[in-house]
Order: sequence, then structure tokens, then C-alpha cells
Amino acid sequence: MRDSASVSELQANPVVRVSSARRISTLLYARAKLRLALLLAAPVFWLGLVYIAALLAMFVTALYSVDSFTGDIRPGFNLDNIASLFTDPLYVNVTMRTLGVALLVTVVDVLIALPIAFFMAKVASPRLQRILVIAVLMPLWASYLVKAYAWRSVLSNTGLAQWLLQPLGLSTPGYGIPAVVITLGYLWLPYVILPIYAGLERVPNSLLEASSDLGAKTWATLRLVVFPMLVPAVIAGSIFSFSLSLGDYITVNIVGGPNQMLGNLVYTNIGTANNLPMAATVALVPVVIMFGYLAAVRRTGALDNL
Amino acid sequence: MKRMTAMKLSALAIAAAVSLSGCASSGGSNADGMVSKLGDNEKSVSLLGWPGYAEKDWVAPFESSTGCKVTFKSYGTSDEALTLFKTGDYDAVAASGDLTLRLIAGKNVQPLNTDLMPNYANVYSFLKDRSWNSADGKTYGVPHGYGANLLMYNTDVVKPAPTSWDVVFDKASAYKGKVTAYDSPIYLADAALYLMKHDTTLGITNPYALDETQLAAAVDLLKQQRQNIGEYWSDYVKTGQSFETGNTVVGTTWQVIVNAMAKGTKVKAIMPSEGATGWSDSWMISSSAKSPNCAYQWLNYIDSPKANAMAVEYFGEAPVTQDACQYTSDKTFCDSYHAGDAAYSDKIWYWTTPIAKCLDGRTDVKCTDYQAWTKAWQQIKG
Repeated sequence: MRDSASVSELQANPVVRVSSARRISTLLYARAKLRLALLLAAPVFWLGLVYIAALLAMFVTALYSVDSFTGDIRPGFNLDNIASLFTDPLYVNVTMRTLGVALLVTVVDVLIALPIAFFMAKVASPRLQRILVIAVLMPLWASYLVKAYAWRSVLSNTGLAQWLLQPLGLSTPGYGIPAVVITLGYLWLPYVILPIYAGLERVPNSLLEASSDLGAKTWATLRLVVFPMLVPAVIAGSIFSFSLSLGDYITVNIVGGPNQMLGNLVYTNIGTANNLPMAATVALVPVVIMFGYLAAVRRTGALDNL
Repeated sequence: MKRMTAMKLSALAIAAAVSLSGCASSGGSNADGMVSKLGDNEKSVSLLGWPGYAEKDWVAPFESSTGCKVTFKSYGTSDEALTLFKTGDYDAVAASGDLTLRLIAGKNVQPLNTDLMPNYANVYSFLKDRSWNSADGKTYGVPHGYGANLLMYNTDVVKPAPTSWDVVFDKASAYKGKVTAYDSPIYLADAALYLMKHDTTLGITNPYALDETQLAAAVDLLKQQRQNIGEYWSDYVKTGQSFETGNTVVGTTWQVIVNAMAKGTKVKAIMPSEGATGWSDSWMISSSAKSPNCAYQWLNYIDSPKANAMAVEYFGEAPVTQDACQYTSDKTFCDSYHAGDAAYSDKIWYWTTPIAKCLDGRTDVKCTDYQAWTKAWQQIKG
């Protein structure tokens, strides 16, 4: 009797046995905002901790100073480091040099990548297309260092470049800024070709046909139809080559002769000078430049192509 | 972050102090932190040094005779060594003179009781208790080997054969783009040494004791040199290659780089008339060593004739005792490295960390310290 009574009781009042999981799901169903907050909590926490907090920590460290006798870091609010970025000719010169190298590498890479990407996307057969994509990606399989040292050997006085150029009355550029541009241009080329190739693939062939139907010559089609559609893809590629060049310090060490870039100043401030606040200050420079660059290109829609 | 490191270090220091006092039955230390008696060897010892300072050939006999298992980590520059050693993970370090005073000032190393190392007695006297391995009358380091920063030149290109450092300073423009120099703030001493001999009005008496004016003069000289530099070097394999390919034709070098040159490379290395800077490396024991007994054993062992001969011949520097010369595989080794030649050694200004208290004894003026040198060096490179 008791059993049947409790059963009937349950049947009459099923809410009693509802599990806590069920209750939570009901709650979440009713409150959309809470649902969203919980879903995003983990990624936001990660983003906040790893990116934003790290950047903030770097910014705060830039305001510290170093006790020159003990070498200890003295926390505080001190704008001397940041001021020296603008007043010390060392930092001004190296920043300008680094910017120049990054811009030059980007221009060279885009100029080389455009025809290659166009051929891959619009001219090559599907089979050749696949082979070319693999060929473009292949250099990424080898170590960065191996490639940089290979260029060191190629550009040396007895290297391949000298051997090829000598009959033409020229000589190898040797180690220096030109060598840095060549090496970085080589290293980042795949990162520029791929977004441009992807952007070109999205240009429908019918548009090109329509253009020629309407009487446009090849160059007019390229200029009026293809290039405007390509701008976001080119910018996407340039973000890679530009930002990677801004932070590089190994290539310039290997083929750059006596020159320094921003990365070298960060490195020596940490390694040689034991001046972490100054290293953090110098490291802010590429961050600020990239923020400016990204803000400028956001309007073009290039970020959709990354 | 910084606080964490400091806490970790002090925790290590306490742990070391506890373990030292705990060993009172088998070893002991006296009031000024110096070990007075050695205890039983620990099972392992952790060493930090230049590449090639602890190779299997001489480490294996040490391990089997003492039971101390060696773990060795090599470093590329003195500054890197300082960062590594400050972690407190190492019992002993082989440090050059541009590092030793920083370690002593930072209390990272302990004073040594040389009576506990019988082999130390045979070390050349001109290497003992010098400004780079001692402080306040206490010995902090035992010598490993020494050598000079020589002038190397390509005999085909650099004519007439140089006898002075002027080929890399005042006359460097003749080899524009093909001159090399050592990439470290301590290279300022090379310029100071040159000025000491050629511009007496500056009154430099020790290239590691420079006041503001003297440092500025050295910086000016190096800024002129910068116009002619092909590349600065800190990696000795890379600079060797540059001499082989002809990208570099004249500049600072080490004997070991000369020895490693490919056959047929037309280069020669000399000690110029001004003398040269150089290094005398010292093994030092961490003030927070976990294996102080094994570390003492290692310091004693590295000055023993056989081990020292193997170690210095491997690296390419002069041994620290006359007895070691019997054991080098190349019997002319000690002659070519001028081992024990006190007159030759006197021409070498061994790397010493520049500090605010002038090393040449001047008290009326403050000298520029290593941090000032580092800043100056960055500005020279531009």
C-alpha cells in the first residue's frame, strides 16, 4: 500500500525528482545572457590572461627602473624609459631602420607574390595548382635557422651569389641591410602568397569574362576588376610579412653585418644589460606600430581574409 | 615575478645553509662563510662553463674517482652565464674576468679555502689572487686556463703585415667593411688599451678603469671603427667562417679560432705591440651550492696536470700549471700558447669587470661601471 501510494504521489508531483542538472538547464534556457556569459568565460579568461594581461604587464614593467648598483628592478612610475625612445638617437635610429626593413620586405614580398598567386589561382590546371601550393609551403618544413644560415653562405664573398653575379660584373651584396631584406623576404614569402592566392580564388572567372566581353583589355581587367577585389588579400598578406619582420632579431644577427634591429635591443637589454624595464619599453614599439597598422587596415575588410 | 625569484633564491640560500650546518660532522665552515673542512662527496655536481670546459675525456675520470656525477651546461656569453647562475641551479661556474666581480659583488659565489685543493699550490703565481679572482684578500676562483684576444689578419689582403692594433682603429678604413670586433661591452677595453698607448694625454693606466672622459674617448674611437666594421662577432664558429670566405680580413680573434681554420686559409694571428686584452677563467663555487664537497673536488681536479692539459688543449688556451705541459698531446702546445711565460702574460690585460670604484686605485674620481659600458656599447653599434 505504501509503495503504491508513493508511486502515485510521484506521478502526481513529478517535479520532486528533477535532478540538479535539469534545474540548471532550465535556468540557462530561461536566461540567455547567463548562458552566453558562461559559454564565453573560458575563452575570455584565456584571452585576458595570455594576451591582455601579458601586454599590460609589459606596459607596467616599462614604467619601472633598474638600480644600477644591485641590478634589482625598482617598481614605480617612471617615464624615463619611454621618453628615451623619443630622445635617444639610438632608439630612434633603430626604430626607423626596423620600420624601413619591414616595409621593404613587405613591398618586395607582395610584388613577388602577386604574379605567383595569380598564376596559381587563374592559369594553372587543378593538378598543377595543388603541386604549386605544396611547393610554396615546402620551405616552411625546414627550420628557420637552417634557411637563414643558408643565406649567410649564399651571400658570402665566396658564395653562390658572388659566383652567379661575377660574370655580369656585379658582386654579392655581402652582409648588411640588403642581405636582411633578401633573407626576410624569402622567409616570409609563403605567408604572403597564400592569402593572395586565397583572395584570387574567390574572384569568379565569370567576372573576368564579363570584363573582356565588355571590351576591356587584359591590363584594364587587372586594374579595374582584379586589383580592387585583391586589396584586402594583399593587406592580409602584408600584415604577416610586416609584423614578422618587425620582431625579428635572428636574421639580422646572422646576415645583418654590424646592424641592429628592435629585436636586438630587446635581446641585449635582457641578456647583456640586465635591464628588463628598458627591454619592455623597446618591445612596446612594435606593438604600438602594429596596433596602428591594424586599426588602419580594419576599415578595408582585410581582417576577414586572415 | 621578481619577488618570486628573490623568494626562491633566499629559500635556496636557507636550504644551503641548513644543509651546510647539517653536515657539521662530516665537514664544516668557519665564520666568514669559508669551508674549513671537506665532508663526504655528494652524489652529483652541477657545473656551468664555456663550451668545451667539461668534456667527457676529463669528466669521466673525475666521476669514477670521486663518485660525483657531473651535469654540465655551457653558455655563450658572460652575460648569459650571469643570468643562468643566478637561478641557483649550479654548484660551480667557470667565469671570465668580465663576470667574476659581478658574481662576487652579488654574493653569488663563496670565498674558497685553497688549502682544501692541493693542486692549487702548483698554479702559476701570476694567475693567483688577481683583481679578477679575488676580493678583500679572499680567493674566490681557481684558474682554469688563460689566453689573449689576438689580432688575426688575412695575409693576402692585409699588407704590410700589421704589428699594431692600428689596423682595426686608425688605419681601418683601408679595409672598410671587412673589419671585425668582439661583440661585447668588454671590447671597450680593447679601444682603451689602444688609447692608453697612443694618446697619453688621456692618462689611462688600466683599460678597465675608465672615468667619464676616458670612456667617451674610447666610445669615439669605436664609433669611427664602426664605419669600417663588416660584422661584430660573438659566435666563434661564425667569425671563423667569415675569415675563410674573405668577408672579414682583419680583427680580434682567439687562438682556438686560428687553430680551427680550414687548411689553406691564409691567416695569421699575432700579439700586437700594444699588448692585448685577454681572459683568465676561474672556477667559482656558488654561495648556495647543493654539492659543495663535489664542487671543491672538481676545482681541485681541474688544476691537476692531466685534466688541465686535456681541458686547455681542447679549448685552445694556456694551462695554469707547468706540470700540465707534460701531458698535452701536442708537445709544442705550451710553447705556442706561451704557457708560464710571465713576460708574455704581463702584456695581457685580463678581462676584469669595470666597477665604480676605480680598479687602478684612483680615489679622486668615479669610474664607469659595466652598466655604463653596456649602454655605450649599444650606442656604438647604433
